Amino acid sequence: MGTTASQLGKDMLSEYQELTFLTKQEILLAHKRFTELLTKDEKDLPNNRVSMERILTLPELKSNPFRKRICNVFSTSEYKDGGLTFEDFLDLLSAFSDSATLEIKSHYAFRIFDFDDDGTLDCGDLEKLVNCLTGETDDTRLTPEEMRQLINNILEESDIDKDGTVNLSEFQHVISRSPDFVSSFKIVL
Amino acid sequence: MEVDSVFYTDRSGRVSSNPLLDQLPSYQSLLYRRKSSTAGTKRRSSSRGRIGSSGSGKWGVGTISRREEKPKSQTEERPIRELPRTMAEKRRDNTQRLEEDRELSSLKQLEHSTRRHLRRLRDDVHQWLGSLKLWRGDIHLIEGMFGTGILSYFSFLRFLVMLNLIIFVLMFSFVMLPIIIAPNVSNITYNLNLESECSVYPSSARRGLVIFHEHITDLLSGGGFLEQTYLFYGYYRADKIHFSNSTYNLPLAYLLVTIAYLFFSLIWIVKRSATGFKRNLVQDEDRFQSFCNKIFAGWDFCITNENAVRLKRSSLLYELRTDLEEERIKQKIADRTRKERCRIYLIRLILNLFVIGVLMGCFYSIYLATIFSQEVQMDTKKDNFIVDLIYEYLPSIVITLANFITPLLFSAIINYEDYSPAFEIRFTLMRCVFMRLTSIGVLLFSLWSQITTCGKEPCLCGYNHVLYSCWETRIGQEMYKLTIFDFIIIFAVTVFVEFPRKLIVQHCDCGLAKWFGQQEFAIPQNVLEIVYGQTICWIGTFYSPMLPAICTMKYFFIFYIKKVSLMNNCRPATRPFRASSSNFFFLVVLLIGLALACLPVSFSVAQINSSQACGPFVNYTTSWEVLPNTVSELPHGIKTLLFALSSEAFAVSFFVVTCLIMFYVIALAGAHKRVINQLREQLVVEGRDKRFLIQKLCQAQRLSAIKSPGSKSQPRSPSYHTSFSNNFNESVFLAHSPPDSSTHV
Repeated sequence: MGTTASQLGKDMLSEYQELTFLTKQEILLAHKRFTELLTKDEKDLPNNRVSMERILTLPELKSNPFRKRICNVFSTSEYKDGGLTFEDFLDLLSAFSDSATLEIKSHYAFRIFDFDDDGTLDCGDLEKLVNCLTGETDDTRLTPEEMRQLINNILEESDIDKDGTVNLSEFQHVISRSPDFVSSFKIVL
Repeated sequence: MEVDSVFYTDRSGRVSSNPLLDQLPSYQSLLYRRKSSTAGTKRRSSSRGRIGSSGSGKWGVGTISRREEKPKSQTEERPIRELPRTMAEKRRDNTQRLEEDRELSSLKQLEHSTRRHLRRLRDDVHQWLGSLKLWRGDIHLIEGMFGTGILSYFSFLRFLVMLNLIIFVLMFSFVMLPIIIAPNVSNITYNLNLESECSVYPSSARRGLVIFHEHITDLLSGGGFLEQTYLFYGYYRADKIHFSNSTYNLPLAYLLVTIAYLFFSLIWIVKRSATGFKRNLVQDEDRFQSFCNKIFAGWDFCITNENAVRLKRSSLLYELRTDLEEERIKQKIADRTRKERCRIYLIRLILNLFVIGVLMGCFYSIYLATIFSQEVQMDTKKDNFIVDLIYEYLPSIVITLANFITPLLFSAIINYEDYSPAFEIRFTLMRCVFMRLTSIGVLLFSLWSQITTCGKEPCLCGYNHVLYSCWETRIGQEMYKLTIFDFIIIFAVTVFVEFPRKLIVQHCDCGLAKWFGQQEFAIPQNVLEIVYGQTICWIGTFYSPMLPAICTMKYFFIFYIKKVSLMNNCRPATRPFRASSSNFFFLVVLLIGLALACLPVSFSVAQINSSQACGPFVNYTTSWEVLPNTVSELPHGIKTLLFALSSEAFAVSFFVVTCLIMFYVIALAGAHKRVINQLREQLVVEGRDKRFLIQKLCQAQRLSAIKSPGSKSQPRSPSYHTSFSNNFNESVFLAHSPPDSSTHV
């Protein structure tokens, strides 16, 4: 299962169309861009996994502050190294595509923002998230008081059962009322 | 099925498990989700995070035996690709579903397969429609470089191009096309009442030797050779067009198309803004900003440019800091003393009066400029080409100047009025919108005052037929001039102001350049410009049926001008404009423009006598009269129905019914809100209950484990992660005691 040659078969194409939100052109374009990342010998191997460093050379991911988290979330590798096969890559593009449902997008957004992979967004996750958004250097961070005020505000808005963390359902609830999410959570090749 | 235990981490970070808590229904339902997957992928979404929440309760707290059927039926209906799983899992689910399908009855199989095919067809149609969209590549590029806020401006431009194109198609097919394809001239009946004094229409074509620059003047002002063409209202003199077996009533068509295009614009704008309105009106938070929206949806994942990433980060930082500060400002406002409050209100009153005074001044100068320009145009002797043009364009020049100065004035004044930053922005914007759109109204009002006054005595034909033998064409010409001038100004400002500014800032290092800074792409001002142009188009289409085509081309070129300007000259604004609030703002302003455009058109159609010398409404007193005349010729049944619909009884009862429905809906919304609040409180209480019980349970377990030290598989005393302890005084953080030093109870 996976691409064995540099051309996608027709039945594989229609299967991918069925299982993802991508159109035929988008799948073909994804295939083209993915094979550009492979070296000459790797092109003939079935089901090869491209390492995270090479995936991160794609221009769409290169400058994204969440690039490493994205690779880790969509990777199915046993070594947790963030390497992606072509099917993982298609899953990534499908979740970030125009026609993906809000539920899929919010599910994956939750996993991307969950930096310690514990199933909830607690204060540490939120702090790392804000730092990713504003920049990692010292002069682009918020002061500790501002950070605390901000995290308190976020928890006040989204933590329904007041346990100090945001779990998946609370996250999906707050996202459903956020008008910008669908248009900003999008990557198109 | 692999039984995975619930994980807790104790203080030192090691994991331990509690078999009793594994049986919690909320955790069991989580196991279903991981049923068909390998351990690696889903392990991270399990874990004791579930303990603190009742979130997974949506699967229902059924008994353990029932849990397998319930979730399955819920996922069966949804297409595979909507489930958040990896490709391998989805493939397995797909084959499983196909196998199950084969076991079903043939009817169900048919149902499933048709559903699948319909879905695929719908996807193909969407994809095809999407590929037809104009400027897809350009907009994708802009999105990658600047993010979704500025993108919304350009997709708004695209929307206006399509809207104007469709309005032109409507006008063309119902008004111009019948005249063009009429078999021959004898089939058209004109109804020119040549005896009356009102129907004298002197030709405006130039006679004798025509100098070249006079052609330019004509082209730019819509006079001369352009006046008696399809461009203006006056050309459509046909009354009825006879085809082989029917008659086409042109005046009726003209009036109905006007109403139709206004109505169509309204419907399309409302449809486009439906989602935005819903979200903005439904939010029940009383705080102005939503931090969750800014943090969770704050990053545009489509940005690819390094520079843009840096800018976006700094603008996000700026926005967060201002919003956090706003909370502090709110506190400061609440702490104001009485004396300070009086002082602030007094200042605000004075400044508002000043603003009103400035607006009145601007309106009066527009009025004077229009009257002066009209008087000069009546003068037959034309001395100088350039001066001529300036006089023709005087109202446009004054309006543009006023619209340039007043925003600067408003943003300077608002600093003294001491509002919160967010309100300041909105209020300044409202003032600018008001200024822009009302200036068109003032222009039209001054034109009408000229048209309907005939000196001392009342007008013979209902309008000033001596000066304005065809007044609708004259108004059409003014609208045409406004459109052309607007386009020239946008082009000139980009080429002659922004490019030099960029060159100066780049190459010159003096203090002035630093203070000026690079041009910011100010979205609100740009949007007001194009909404202003669109309002003129809506008003002017009745008087100049080809104006929508001109506006379509104008917006087409403006797209490229603005795109070039953005790429080369500008940097994005410091305070980011979010896509959602942008869309909402654009469409609200556009609706205000539409409402303001309907007023003059309906006034002139219903109240002012139509010209007797030109146009389709020669036989009628006012343009509106065509409708009652046609209705009176309809068959009896339809006539009584229409009369009943427009009677007062129907209107009053319709109004009462609408009010009742509105009250019902408001009451329903209030009831839902109360229920939501109650459920929220209940969730908090339940969460606390659960944590309390778990704590007690673990304590009890520990005690029993200590009491019977023989059991080998005793769990180490679990401690809860600090997820609870941050905000709570009751620390659920139990002490970790190593098994050796068991306390003697």
